[in-house]
Amino acid sequence: MKPRRLASIIVKEFIHIKRDRPSLIIAVLMPIFLLLLFGYAVNTDVENVTSVVLDHSKSQQSRELVANFANSGYFNFMYYVNNRAAIHDLFAQGEAKAALVIPPDYAQQLHRNETPQVLLLIDGSDPTVARTILSAGQLIGRVASLEVTQKFVSGKGIKVEDLPGIDVRSRIWYNPNLESIRFNLPGLIGLILQNITVMLTAFALVRERERGTIEQLVVTPIKPAELIIGKLVPYIIIGFCDFLLVLVVGTYWFRVPIAGSVPLLIGLASIFLVCALAVGIFFSTVARTQLQAMQMALVFIMPSFLLSGFVFPRETMPLVIQWVGAIVPLTYFLKILRALILKGAEFRHLTGDITALTVFTILVIAMATARFRKHLD
Amino acid sequence: MKYSIEVENLTKQFGTQKAVESLTFQVPVGTIFGLLGPNGSGKSTTIRMLCGVIRPSAGTGKVLGLDIVQQAEEAKEHIGYMSQRFSLYEDLTVMENLRFFAGVYGLSRQVADQRIRELLTITNVIGWENNLTHTLSGGLKQRLALACALLHRPKLLVLDEPTAGVDPVSRRIFWSIIQALAANGMSILVTTHYLDEAETCDLVGFIFKGRLISFGPPREIARAVGVDTLEEAFLTFVQEETGERIDLDLTALTAFAKR
Repeated sequence: MKPRRLASIIVKEFIHIKRDRPSLIIAVLMPIFLLLLFGYAVNTDVENVTSVVLDHSKSQQSRELVANFANSGYFNFMYYVNNRAAIHDLFAQGEAKAALVIPPDYAQQLHRNETPQVLLLIDGSDPTVARTILSAGQLIGRVASLEVTQKFVSGKGIKVEDLPGIDVRSRIWYNPNLESIRFNLPGLIGLILQNITVMLTAFALVRERERGTIEQLVVTPIKPAELIIGKLVPYIIIGFCDFLLVLVVGTYWFRVPIAGSVPLLIGLASIFLVCALAVGIFFSTVARTQLQAMQMALVFIMPSFLLSGFVFPRETMPLVIQWVGAIVPLTYFLKILRALILKGAEFRHLTGDITALTVFTILVIAMATARFRKHLD
Repeated sequence: MKYSIEVENLTKQFGTQKAVESLTFQVPVGTIFGLLGPNGSGKSTTIRMLCGVIRPSAGTGKVLGLDIVQQAEEAKEHIGYMSQRFSLYEDLTVMENLRFFAGVYGLSRQVADQRIRELLTITNVIGWENNLTHTLSGGLKQRLALACALLHRPKLLVLDEPTAGVDPVSRRIFWSIIQALAANGMSILVTTHYLDEAETCDLVGFIFKGRLISFGPPREIARAVGVDTLEEAFLTFVQEETGERIDLDLTALTAFAKR
């Protein structure tokens, strides 16, 4: 392996990237675009849900209940209506997603120390939103109910604390405010690293064949290893720069600190990078044109996007789909990223996923090399 | 080393198809050897075997005294190759292409710069250094490809249909360069369709359906067949081999056109 020869290939490859607009866009604009998209646009945090009040009671007490719901931050009462039909209309138009219906004798029932029934109607078409406001609504209701109980028993000279019961306290670790960016950002690092390297490497090698330039290279003393390494180095550099970009923007702009060891993170990212490069090489040995390479890359990227647990939790998927997800290397890297960045996981916590990732990497490299060798002949 | 190319029973089989069958010939060092034959006759396959790109199915071959299987990598250091299809990087400038190939052949920066300057002058590509290669005309591209093939001062220059689709002026320039190179001791292997070009070769070999059907200096080949030019000789060979008539019976055509 001659350094001079390797350097020439690397320089040439950088010139190609510089002059090829699609490559440049993938290398530079895609990470920025994905960061903005998942940093700002894709926000699964449910709050301020536009809601309706149908208050038949129109009492001091009913207004207090509405205020309790509003103060939680989950409900934003934009509409006050007088009948059920109006709620249906607002739901159908998509103007509101929740409605609080308070019965006419709400205040009187409270007064008589009875238990009035209040109805929380929820538009369940989006399960994520529905689930969140359902549990929020139930919790608010229970707290309001407790207040009523408290008032009742204190009238009898009993302190509510003295009543028997179970007190479940909860504490949320790693992401106490349940911000979705904290969950998305580590995944995004893996996704960006994968997409960019797979696409760019798949293009790079196919380009030589599509344009016939491989003809000239095979008669030169270039060794296949030199060609492959020389062509990959630029993409390793680009992949790493993009990785660091997302890491820095994530830490300092989106304020997702890295709880675990940064050297370990970089080390594991390198393994994943090698794996993604090998996938790209493999595609380039199968594809005949850059268009085909692009299509293959997409066929690979789409399922890895959906099945790796990047958007949807893998635990709730049917078993068969989970198996398919288990052959996507990104799945393991995502688990590693989330554990390391959010939970400060150490090497010993991650051995299973690291082993899986390493095995995949070795497997893909073996496949790519076998294809590549055969292919040159 | 007496011969630039020597092959014995060189054969290449793709599946059941014999692309090249038992080629045996020797080409002395410092000569221009023209490999002639119609499309699909096995010229490119022969060249690819000689350049060490594909392995022969049977037979042996030596290029510059080096075995084409055992010492292929070593031989590549001394072979300059220009393919049929333009295969330099269209999105690189002339200079970037030259620098790249200089690096590929392991030339140091100073040596590379020196040779690039010389070759730009020799091939008359001067003034185009910073143009993107895809903006060049066919003739210029061809000369640039030649410059790239000469950067490492090869002992054997292999040209696969170098002048196909090139204008007559560029063709003339091209051939004067080739002849000057041969005159200074470089061995040249060229394939061509233009038989007037082949006439200027020191040696020619006719290859047809993978077999060598004639080999020798152009004059002698024509004389042996009893014709004046290589072109006539070539047509005679094809007619003998296929039994196909090349001077068409024009009565049917005339009748057809008159209707």
